[in-house]
Amino acid sequence: MTAATATENRYRRILHSIHIPPVYFFLILVFFAGGSLDQILADGQIFSNPAIMLNIVVRSVALGIIAVGQSLVIIGASIDLSVAYTISITAVMSSYIMQGDTANVPMAIVSVFAIGAAIGLVNGVTITKFKVNPFIATLGTSLIIKGIINATFSNYTGSVPKSFEFFGYGTIGSLPVSIIILLIIVAAGWFLLARTKFGAHLYGVGGNAEVARLSGVRTDRVLIGAHVICSMTAVLAGLFLVSQMRSGAPWVGPNGVYDLNSIATTVIGGIALSGGKGGVWSTLGGVLIFGVLETVFNQLGVNPYLKTVLQGIIIVLAVASYTIRSKKEAA
Amino acid sequence: MADEIDDIKPKSAEVVQPTVEVQHISKRFPGVVALDDVSLQFFPGEIHAVVGENGAGKSTLMKILSGAYTPDSGTIYLSGEKVSFSHPKEAQMKGVSIIYQEFNLLPERTVAHNIFLGREPSTLGTLDTRKLNKQAVEVLKEIGVEKMISPTAFVSSLSVAEQQLVEIAKAISFKAKVLIMDEPTAALTYTEVNLLNDLVSRLKQKGMSIIFISHRLKEVFDIAEKITVLKDGKFIKTVNKKDVVPADVVYLMVGRTLDHYFPPLGKPEDFGEVVLKVKNASNQILSDISFELRRGEVLGIAGLQGSGRTELAQSLFGVVPFKSGTLELHGKAIAVKSPFKAIKNKMGFVTEDRKSEGIAPRQPIRDNMLLTVRAVRALFGMISKDGIGKSRKLVPMLGKQVDIRTDSFDREAQYLSGGNQQKVVLAKWLASDANVFIFDEPTRGIDVESKASIHDMIRALTKKGTAVLMISSELPEIIGMSDRVIVMSERRIAGELPAKTSEQEIMLMAIGHAKSTNPGLTTSVGEV
Amino acid sequence: MTTTTVSSPKEFSKALWKIWTWIKKIPPVYPVFFIIFITLGILNPTKYQSMNGIMTFLRTASPLAVIAIGEMLVLASGGFDLSVGAIVTLVVLVSSKLLANDPANAYPAILTMLGIGSLIGLGNGLVVSYLKVPSFIATLGMMLLVRGGALYYVGGAPQGYLTDNWRAFGRNYIENIPLFGRVPNALIILIVIAVFSYIIFNRTNFGKQILAIGDNVRASQLSGVRVRLVRVITFIICSILAIIGGVMIGGYGGVNVTIGEGLEMQAIAAGVVGGVLLSGGKGSVPNAIFGAFTLQAIVNLLNLLGLPKPYTDAVQGLIIIGAVAYVGLTSQRKK
Repeated sequence: MTAATATENRYRRILHSIHIPPVYFFLILVFFAGGSLDQILADGQIFSNPAIMLNIVVRSVALGIIAVGQSLVIIGASIDLSVAYTISITAVMSSYIMQGDTANVPMAIVSVFAIGAAIGLVNGVTITKFKVNPFIATLGTSLIIKGIINATFSNYTGSVPKSFEFFGYGTIGSLPVSIIILLIIVAAGWFLLARTKFGAHLYGVGGNAEVARLSGVRTDRVLIGAHVICSMTAVLAGLFLVSQMRSGAPWVGPNGVYDLNSIATTVIGGIALSGGKGGVWSTLGGVLIFGVLETVFNQLGVNPYLKTVLQGIIIVLAVASYTIRSKKEAA
Repeated sequence: MADEIDDIKPKSAEVVQPTVEVQHISKRFPGVVALDDVSLQFFPGEIHAVVGENGAGKSTLMKILSGAYTPDSGTIYLSGEKVSFSHPKEAQMKGVSIIYQEFNLLPERTVAHNIFLGREPSTLGTLDTRKLNKQAVEVLKEIGVEKMISPTAFVSSLSVAEQQLVEIAKAISFKAKVLIMDEPTAALTYTEVNLLNDLVSRLKQKGMSIIFISHRLKEVFDIAEKITVLKDGKFIKTVNKKDVVPADVVYLMVGRTLDHYFPPLGKPEDFGEVVLKVKNASNQILSDISFELRRGEVLGIAGLQGSGRTELAQSLFGVVPFKSGTLELHGKAIAVKSPFKAIKNKMGFVTEDRKSEGIAPRQPIRDNMLLTVRAVRALFGMISKDGIGKSRKLVPMLGKQVDIRTDSFDREAQYLSGGNQQKVVLAKWLASDANVFIFDEPTRGIDVESKASIHDMIRALTKKGTAVLMISSELPEIIGMSDRVIVMSERRIAGELPAKTSEQEIMLMAIGHAKSTNPGLTTSVGEV
Repeated sequence: MTTTTVSSPKEFSKALWKIWTWIKKIPPVYPVFFIIFITLGILNPTKYQSMNGIMTFLRTASPLAVIAIGEMLVLASGGFDLSVGAIVTLVVLVSSKLLANDPANAYPAILTMLGIGSLIGLGNGLVVSYLKVPSFIATLGMMLLVRGGALYYVGGAPQGYLTDNWRAFGRNYIENIPLFGRVPNALIILIVIAVFSYIIFNRTNFGKQILAIGDNVRASQLSGVRVRLVRVITFIICSILAIIGGVMIGGYGGVNVTIGEGLEMQAIAAGVVGGVLLSGGKGSVPNAIFGAFTLQAIVNLLNLLGLPKPYTDAVQGLIIIGAVAYVGLTSQRKK
């Protein structure tokens, strides 16, 4: 074998191992379809204006960060419906603590991550130790958070110092910081799942908790860990959003429908709700699809209430595109 | 006759220490004594079968040995050392590995990940994938299957037999000294069973002590060297295989001779007109199915695992409907697109997995028994408190017919024993008054005595004019019960055989296709 | 002379034990409800110890009970319906526009809402049965659709007021009933619905099939149950009951954009507090009703104790989790 063909084979092997998740082909499809609609019905900025394209990705950052956390939880055969209100409480609390003063930023960040960790802990414990259905448990938690937020805050609270806005608006070179952070989080999620013991165990817990337990995996701890990580990604997303909005308001989370959207993008990416399989890069593809859709809606000037209607339909269809293939009856 | 079977005489010269020894093990569960003062020894390099009827205590004993249960009293010794396990992993670490019938594998993960789940090589939490795969290959090499199975293959892509090998590899990776297997050949094809036997012999040479539970005396007599019989939680006897014949073992298991295993077959005058006629029926799984079923006959369906027998039943019953071809029921062409339609056409289907597919556990027994009757009646039709309309007597009558032991029919079905639950399922179908019955493995996992009563019931059905299609993996059952046999192979019908055919003829037809593609098989077939 | 009474200590303790087993079987929701209600009576005698006050309470609690019955049916079939809250919002907002402030439109408007409700239930049922989407997600999606649609239709704010005759169902009373004084229409509606639901659930083939599906779908299917049909009808019933509940709520509460928010969780909580198993296969109409009553009583109690409204949401979340955990943990022990 000559040196040339040896390197050829090596490239071939690498190419084979980089397997592109099917969702990206779907993304390209949606992008061109949406862009064409925009071209026909609006001012065609999606194709012509590169800033818009960049915006698609920036728009996707918050959802993308949360979707990584949600992916972990879903791989563990659980689910987290409390992310939306976790974002809200992060936005409000961080803004409140910061009060526009850079000196308070570290304290604010530590506090909200602590809150996030606590929320994840409560979710995880309720599900594992009290054996409550994950839908109910996390929905219950979100109600509790909602109550606490609404009881204490009713409007924009506090403000974010200019220095913190770097997170939301800053750029390194020509690339926005937010996109870099998103990529880091997705990469971190991938690493966690594919290259750590925790990830291997998480797949086990989600695939067949009993088998994992018999193999000595501490299933409760693993799942609680996944929930804590998920809540913390919600916190991170909340910090990102508040740095963009410059002040935190209670409706940030629910308005963006982050709970359902993070689930839908995870499922579109190919991670099964039943757990035990899938990876985060495909989730990113799903997130970008939603980003494109959001931008298209904006370009076309769709009525915000209609947008909600469309969101409901899209989410259901997104999940249906995968579940429809299963042979078992759903519940 | 039992007295003539000698007890094992200890080897004269060397005193070999047992790998596993249990002394005076007892275990009870609410309402039942599972094990009563059982003492046993298992030696290295020995293949030892544990047999007994349902409820004899075999599973309980194995679960205690493997650390899934703790005994109420008694002691366990491993190689002379006293041990007690509080978790299966402890037993595994000490060298006791168990392989259950439903494998404990993660289908979406690789072979290597499955073998080393919970013990993955890592530094500071980061996986060392290369080492993981390398270790997996080492283990697969030990059982000689490293060429067959790749460590990076996904378990879902492996066949059932290969998955079993992965389970065995897992056991080896724990340096198992004792390998316990629960019904190891239940899901294997004929050739795979031979491969397993070879592997088991190799493991035996390595000094491993192999224990397996089985209901299939044929396999027990093929593989085992020693046979221990349990009955009602008590130890009865341990015998050397070469000293006994199956009838002796059965006698020990049930305490009397069962010379009539099967009720007499039907006579030609019992068979009536054709009630079910299938012609060239196909769907995504089955191809070109054609056969006839007559009134009053038992048509046995034989074939290897994966040959399409259960799929045939499911297609006939509308679970996975046929897409082409014709189905004629009582001379009328029908399309059975759903179980509902099948039942409306007076068909019944007693499935293989009765527990998960036959019972609604939290519903009262009564409602379980009447489910099919109610499902095909008017949706908003009224029911009375005890049953259908005025027939309050229906439920107790059915209960008597199938001999259900319960104090009340209002109890939730989940509290019944497994055997009684199966009877509830039978009662449900009897209530539906079907005249074409499909039975899929009617006596799987059932003890010898109940087997006989189910066989009698099936024959009684045919005497009343019902037509029965009976799928079974147990060739003695096929031969003993069928008035005709249809053999399936590779999702088609390979052929038809008359009553009282032989196992060899059935087998030959069942592996018909395989024979032509793999010449190596001819020799093993010849040994049959 | 024959003695008919207990004649020995042994028989006495036997009788006591019999009574005790009977007491153990009473679902916890009833004693809990009575304890809370009595507490309310102690804290506010004028309201809760008078027949008038009790009837007022029942007027407020009945709509939730109606919705809870529908939700219970879906829970029993093994699913969830999270769109009921949005349906209530839909009823109130859309009716405000449909009525066009004209009482003559009241009954047509209600009929239209019932029709829309059926469609919503149909949608839920079809998505779950044919697209195989888990009901939690399917109905959450429907919730977005319905809420967004309602807001879109009225342009973000109510388009009129709800006429008196439309509101009569939820607001008015029938006067001069002997013994009870005045009885709310809402209670009458609840009673009628309760009777119908009880019959359908406990005395028809349909009801038994709901339970079978919730318990073991595969076994039901193989036994000939038309799973998809039963499921779709169950969702339709639930949506229709939600519409009726919406009319009742709009009746006494008037029109309001945030009406209906959180109602789905209340309905589920009512079911769980009433002892319905969340994984399906068990259910009871009276339990669901009293679960709703209990929830309403708890909300009233918290208000009475001065807890601000947002905190009652939080407490509700706690109750749901607590009740589910309790049911889950106790039923596990039984095995």
